Amino acid sequence: MKSGSVVISKRIDKFFLKLNDIYLFVLRFFKEAFLPPYEFREVVNQCYELGVRSLPLISVTGFIIGIVFTNQSRPSLAEFGATSWLPALMAVAIIRALAPLVTALIASGRVASKIGAEIGSMKVSEQIDAMEVSAIKPFRFLVVTRVLATTLMIPALTIYTAFVSLLGSFININQREETSIITFFEQVFEAITYLDVFSSIIKAFFFGFTIGIVGCYKGYTSSNGTQGVGKAANTSVVIAMFLIFVEELLAMQIINAIRFQ
Amino acid sequence: MKEIFSKINHQHQVISIRGLKKSFDDFDVLKGVDMELRQGENLVVLGRSGTGKSVLIKIIAGLLKADEGTVNVLGQEITKISERKLDSIRLKLGFSFQNSALYDSMSVRENLEFPLKRHVKNLSRKEINSNVEMILEAVGLLQAIDQMPAELSGGQRKRIGIARTLILKPEIMLYDEPTAGLDPITCIEINKLINEVQARFHTSSIIITHDLTCAKTTGDRIMMLLDGQFRYNGTFADIFAHTEDERVKLFYDYNFVE
Ligand SMILES: Nc1ncnc2c1ncn2[C@@H]1O[C@H](COP(=O)(O)OP(=O)(O)O)[C@@H](O)[C@H]1O
Ligand SMILES: [Mg+2]
Repeated sequence: MKSGSVVISKRIDKFFLKLNDIYLFVLRFFKEAFLPPYEFREVVNQCYELGVRSLPLISVTGFIIGIVFTNQSRPSLAEFGATSWLPALMAVAIIRALAPLVTALIASGRVASKIGAEIGSMKVSEQIDAMEVSAIKPFRFLVVTRVLATTLMIPALTIYTAFVSLLGSFININQREETSIITFFEQVFEAITYLDVFSSIIKAFFFGFTIGIVGCYKGYTSSNGTQGVGKAANTSVVIAMFLIFVEELLAMQIINAIRFQ
Repeated sequence: MKEIFSKINHQHQVISIRGLKKSFDDFDVLKGVDMELRQGENLVVLGRSGTGKSVLIKIIAGLLKADEGTVNVLGQEITKISERKLDSIRLKLGFSFQNSALYDSMSVRENLEFPLKRHVKNLSRKEINSNVEMILEAVGLLQAIDQMPAELSGGQRKRIGIARTLILKPEIMLYDEPTAGLDPITCIEINKLINEVQARFHTSSIIITHDLTCAKTTGDRIMMLLDGQFRYNGTFADIFAHTEDERVKLFYDYNFVE
């Protein structure tokens, strides 16, 4: 009979084996990304598929978040008669945290699952093997292109989300406090620093990379037929979201250390 | 039964395997396989499900690594060569997958163009089109050129899968269960196509199957994989006419329930 400790130690072994697998996958990405053939066209395709086609969802979500957060923050400031600070507060909240996080979480839901399902189904239906035997490098064609696309598009989408959220925020403030758009954006730009902007964009690069790598890894290593494809899509989202929160926490520590130096 | 094809060159072996072993975890699948494929022949590999037939051709195509033994394909020891050399061998191999493995997101035309554009540089649009049309014509599916894989039947998908490999003019064809899951009439058509490919494109082929009709119609020679090794080697009649082996009898009886 297996004792409990054996079962646990096997689980731990499995966990570290998996971690090592992921590490090797990331390493392979960096190795293959620099090797020809370079699939520029496919990178552009994927940027469109994964980035541009996320625009409608991101637009609606970003806009609503701008309105809601502004509206919900107003009472706290009103207590101190400080509602005139609302643009500055929202600028900081949106640029530092909301825009990258909301973009990355939405992309986890839409993009990581799409990548996981797409590559997963190609894996279980032997399409990846078919590429391999026709001497077409599937890792470069499927994985490198998608990871590059998410790594490039998430920062771009983040900037866009920030813009739409600020717009939502402005509309709410304009209705209630009758602040003009010029005054609003003057206050916004006064409140944020270069560090805020650059740290958010860099953070978004990491989020994008994470989303691409997780989706590709889960898809590329999926098995067990159609069931495996569903699982790949599903776990891609869960793991990507989890890692994004962990990265957010780490980034906050690092950026604060720089800010208060 | 098939006439022994006159163009087989018995002296020249395009694939030669010695002492090939492969296991997964503790499970021994191939336990010392020896075989060779002669130039121009159709070799049928018979065996029940799970005996390692797919594993065998995946090792030949370099999709799986052998644990032990030598695998010589077109004069190259594929267990030892660099990735670049392996790719140059792969260009001379056509692999027809069990479920066809067509690229879902691409039309039939794009499925065929995909390998062609990547491996034959500087083709004009006209040359690409005429190549694609010629091969589709050869598999009898020119009319499907602008369809998506999802719109095709199982037999049509199989044909397109074969066409996609033929476009690079392979010397060796590997068919993984070409007739599995197809209705009897489609099976006959696919068997016919396999023989046409042999005659028209001068390929040497390994045809993996557990379908005896397919073995009978397409095979110039048949080998039987039993318990991780090849036990029988010969024509259809050699193997099935006077067998004493219960496992072979069983195979025969269940294929021809009359
Ligand atoms: N990648 C793999 N990992 C683990 N086991 C495998 C793998 N591929 C095949 N097997 C096992 O090897 C055995 C032979 O498989 P296969 O070659 O697909 O059989 P078949 O003769 O039906 O084509 C099966 O028991 C299968 O479970
Ligand atoms: Mg098989």
